[in-house]
Amino acid sequence: MEITKQDVEKVALLARLRVTEDEKAVFATQLSQILTHVEQLNRYDTAGVEPTTAVMGQTNVFRDDVVRPSLSVEKALANAPEREADGFGVPKILEER
Amino acid sequence: MSIHKLSLCDLQKKFTAGEVSAAEIVRAYALRVGQVESKVRAYVNQAQESASAQADALDRQLKQWRKTKPLMGMPLAIKDNICTEGMPTTCSSRMLQHFVPPYDATVITKLREQGYILLGKTNLDEFAMGSSTENSAFGPSRNPWDLHRVPGGSSGGSAAAVAADECVAALGSDTGGSIRQPAAFCGVVGLKPTYGRVSRYGLVAFASSLDQIGPITKDVRDAACVLGSIAGHDPQDSTSADVPVPDYLKALAKKDLKKLRVGVPREFFAEGLDPEVDQAVKAAIAELKTLGGEIKDIQLPRTDAAVAVYYVLATAEASSNLARFDGVKFGLRAKETKDLADLYMKTRQEGFGPEVKRRIMLGTYVLSAGYYDAYYGKAQAVRTLVCQDFEAAFKEVDLIVTPATPTPAFKLGEKSEDPLQMYLSDIFTISVNLAGLPAIALPCGFSKSGLPIGLQLIGRPFEEETILRAAYAYEQATEWHLKKPVIR
Repeated sequence: MEITKQDVEKVALLARLRVTEDEKAVFATQLSQILTHVEQLNRYDTAGVEPTTAVMGQTNVFRDDVVRPSLSVEKALANAPEREADGFGVPKILEER
Repeated sequence: MSIHKLSLCDLQKKFTAGEVSAAEIVRAYALRVGQVESKVRAYVNQAQESASAQADALDRQLKQWRKTKPLMGMPLAIKDNICTEGMPTTCSSRMLQHFVPPYDATVITKLREQGYILLGKTNLDEFAMGSSTENSAFGPSRNPWDLHRVPGGSSGGSAAAVAADECVAALGSDTGGSIRQPAAFCGVVGLKPTYGRVSRYGLVAFASSLDQIGPITKDVRDAACVLGSIAGHDPQDSTSADVPVPDYLKALAKKDLKKLRVGVPREFFAEGLDPEVDQAVKAAIAELKTLGGEIKDIQLPRTDAAVAVYYVLATAEASSNLARFDGVKFGLRAKETKDLADLYMKTRQEGFGPEVKRRIMLGTYVLSAGYYDAYYGKAQAVRTLVCQDFEAAFKEVDLIVTPATPTPAFKLGEKSEDPLQMYLSDIFTISVNLAGLPAIALPCGFSKSGLPIGLQLIGRPFEEETILRAAYAYEQATEWHLKKPVIR
């Protein structure tokens, strides 16, 4: 699979990752190589084969929706890059009209 | 014998008997770490002050109360992707360089309840992505057997710390071989438990369907002891298995391997296997036969697909798991950003290193519209085939034996420019994670140049007892585990 610089730009945007011009070129080459290796999977016939999503047969686990002790506000905010009152500070999301 | 050279079980015996205090143990390790750490660089952060305080508190308590738990007073090193409350947990990433978890991982809670002593947090490839620790944002750790070589990865700091006697035992995590490969490279024992055997709560997620925490230790007995202390169901991890935890130390009691059917998959002895590794592993298989094992030739025909399956599924899961590092609630936040989208993009650009970016890109690509079925769906289906190979094999044998790695430890820088070559160094360990099986790596010889060679034993789901028993019988019959590196 040939990955172009344009593909890299598109994927980087999806991944919310800023990449430099140099990185675009390097990723295009490396991702092409890795995906070419991955294409050997096409040698295996998987018609009718169930995909594996959980190996040990895990199923959803449910519990009653009851209030339990949880992190205090102070603990939860201790690692906040920016704090505003009892919340996480972030740049403005909506444009002013 | 110096305290730092003792195995965990031997040190524990002395501690229980009152021959050595926790404070003496911690001082002995502080001295040892002081001697070799500048060369080995196993630790990201050390906890010497709190370790001394913990030790003093333990010694005071013990005056009234002599009965101890297996890990009481035992100084352990913990891979730095396992959350420790109040102690930084960096994942060897700039993204989490100053992150201090507000809670303990379940394995840490269990160790604390036993009265263990936290010596420090060990180096890893950033977010556990790599096979050499060269992807650590804080620089690589070194192999104690040859400081110009890698200790393996991603739990390279943990394996190096155990091999260099900088801790009595360590915890690592294994997504595609990250416990077993560094254990093999450093000549120590590494056990990846069955998926679900040990809680992943508080392990910073890389690939959630593959990750598992396990012990890295000086010998097989110690691995059994530490596994027993961390295993078990945890309501905080919905994938942890509600399966009783046996007494793993008891499983070691049976010394011979009579009636144990040992499978040797021919696919693991193909082109690319280093001749010295081939020789050492074949000698180990002969030893297992001498011990009473019935050796059988088996096939795992889809082995060669494992690396490709892994690098689709693991990167897909990683791209999703690592989306949480966005600069909002914890971790790094880039400065001078113009809006929220810019904050995300710039934070992730500055916080992640090249390998993590590469895997996020690959994972995002294989999950993106138009490619999902061709890559992600296909890899999930081939994963089923890999699992079926093991299921079929385990109808005929009780245990599978393979080399842990195709070569002994490689040189620093040897593979760091070629991601695909680096990925292929995990070829013998990856399929085990895809199938969720338990496996142990243990030393089975040395190359002519003095580098350790690792043997891998793979068991059925939740049959850690079988691989531990076989590994212990082999270890008792050999002396590889007693050799210590001369660090220079």
